[in-house]
Amino acid sequence: MKRSLLVLSFTLMLTVGLVAFGGTKKAEASAKTILLGVAGAHSGDLASYGLPSLEAAKLVVKAVNDAGGVNGAQVVISSQDDQCKPEFATNAAFKLVSDEATVVLGHICSGATKAALPIYKESNIVCMSPSATNPPLTQSGDYPNFFRTIASDDAQAALATNFAIDTLGLKKIAVIHDKGDYGKGFAEFAKKYITKSDKAEVVLFEGVTPGAVDYSAVVQKIKASGADGVVFGGYHPEASKIVSQIRKKKLTIPFISDDGVKAQKFIDVAGKAAEGVYATGPRDITGNPMYKVALGQYKATHDDEPGAFFFEAYSATQALLKAIEVAGSTDYDKIVEALRTHEVETPVGKIKFDSKGDAIGVGFSMYQVKDGAYQEVK
Amino acid sequence: MDYFWELFFSGLTRGSIYALIALGYTMVYGIIELINFAHGEVYMIGAFVGMVVAGVLTSFGFPAMSIMVLASMAAVVYAAAYGYTLEKIAYRPLRNAPRLSPLISAIGMSIFLQNYVMLSQTSDFLSFPKLTPEFVFLEKYSSVIGSSDFLIIVVAAVVMIALSLFIKFTRMGKAMRATAQNRKMAMLVGVNVDQVISATFIIGSSLAAVGGVLIGSHIGQINFFIGFIAGIKAFTAAVLGGIGSIPGAVLGGLILGWTESFCTGYVSSDYEDVFAFALLVIILIFRPSGLLGKAPVQKV
Repeated sequence: MKRSLLVLSFTLMLTVGLVAFGGTKKAEASAKTILLGVAGAHSGDLASYGLPSLEAAKLVVKAVNDAGGVNGAQVVISSQDDQCKPEFATNAAFKLVSDEATVVLGHICSGATKAALPIYKESNIVCMSPSATNPPLTQSGDYPNFFRTIASDDAQAALATNFAIDTLGLKKIAVIHDKGDYGKGFAEFAKKYITKSDKAEVVLFEGVTPGAVDYSAVVQKIKASGADGVVFGGYHPEASKIVSQIRKKKLTIPFISDDGVKAQKFIDVAGKAAEGVYATGPRDITGNPMYKVALGQYKATHDDEPGAFFFEAYSATQALLKAIEVAGSTDYDKIVEALRTHEVETPVGKIKFDSKGDAIGVGFSMYQVKDGAYQEVK
Repeated sequence: MDYFWELFFSGLTRGSIYALIALGYTMVYGIIELINFAHGEVYMIGAFVGMVVAGVLTSFGFPAMSIMVLASMAAVVYAAAYGYTLEKIAYRPLRNAPRLSPLISAIGMSIFLQNYVMLSQTSDFLSFPKLTPEFVFLEKYSSVIGSSDFLIIVVAAVVMIALSLFIKFTRMGKAMRATAQNRKMAMLVGVNVDQVISATFIIGSSLAAVGGVLIGSHIGQINFFIGFIAGIKAFTAAVLGGIGSIPGAVLGGLILGWTESFCTGYVSSDYEDVFAFALLVIILIFRPSGLLGKAPVQKV
């Protein structure tokens, strides 16, 4: 009796093993698909920056698959959440590498991107971010596998400081940042450009702690420094707190920030204090033909406006898939070559990539909050 | 000199909030020697309830001051219910377990509540309606202290005085002091210890909820994560003042607030947290039981 039980259990174990084995075999056989990794903040407090990219990728992939796929292969999305945290980003990257992703769209935040890039580099996977603007990601030359469809922070900081000095005529500028990779990077470039210009000086350069109970001490310091303008590098939650407290102290000096602040959420939260705030953001692209196509696809299934970096992500997905198509294979070198030489018509314009990975033909404009919405400053 | 006073009041505002939350930590620790790490989340839930109630009342056109009062009351009721339930389901079953078990349970509850609010509300920042009436109090000093800072300081002071009177003069207060001294003896002389512990959680949670509504209205935005940082800071304040001691929590909160504010003002906000925690370390080196804490008596 006992022996027959043993035999039975062994048989069962073997069957299960065989089934599992057969299963993996089958998956390998049908591997004629292209796996597009989509990594970014899909939950957590920065999810509003990451989810629109996932949405954009889904729309492009659907359009491509409906038209017969890339070189006959269907595109499959593997979505990985990193919450914009470097430690989760490396997990996401390892997952995508082990799933043998062909290309990766992401990550969203510069810090997370920086953490994940070496992992993709080692496995020869092209990674294209719609939103990571930290300059060394491309300029250091360390990551030949990295591309982006957004201009880098130094371009943004140059625009912000030129605007502050030449257009607004500011002489004493307080530069504040959130100590993060993105915010501090922007602030340091702003400081460098202000000092170089010789027309204005940096009277205060400081970091605030994200999530602190309040920022009134820093605001008092801005006031005491006699600054006639504030440049802030960081994201909208801190910006709205600081600008609210500046206005509460009856300081009417201009507040100039970056595209982390150029979000409708900033205006919703800061309310009246947001009026008059300047922020740089990607150039107006509403005239591009692909822009209307992408917007139309989004509007067909959604009632609201697409969120942050939707069009950059749409463009990046298009560029990636087009490169695979042009390359005619999923070989890393051929994809990189195609990205650099072949122009693609996207919502952000007709783009290809320079030797460092920045998209040629995208840039920033200055926006100002007027009547509860960002409007481009002409 | 104005600059000094601006920083002084900024620190006082911040410190009052820390003190309000720290009272909850210190009272619970004083009675059952548990660090209730989910306390910061009760503060966050108080702020959320305050925001929802304020939003509803605003749409009905209530005047600002009555919204403030009603929203705070609603927040207090909710937070008290959370505090009571928390004790009942997460700590009471573990009361005779090794001391680490309720601590882990507390951390678990903290993570649970954060994610619960994140999923049921949103992970985004939400704008908190401005509930403080704008008034200029002494034109000359209006830049030194704003109306909402003033309100926070006054409310916090009133609440803290009320609490110390409550503990000093009421029956429940006496029972609390007795339980804190020796739980077994208190039980033997007829104190209903379970009731006292529940009351402690209810009072501590209510104070945190008041803090949540005040700070929400002061800075104008909240999200599910605010309880974590405020909780850490308030816990630091409680330890600084001597955990278990009620005046200690207030003193610790104020000292922490001032340290942060003056460091930001005279050194750099880059090192705000560094100075706050360095101060904690220094004080604990010289007074291991905190500023007003009593060294544990060796029982023979």
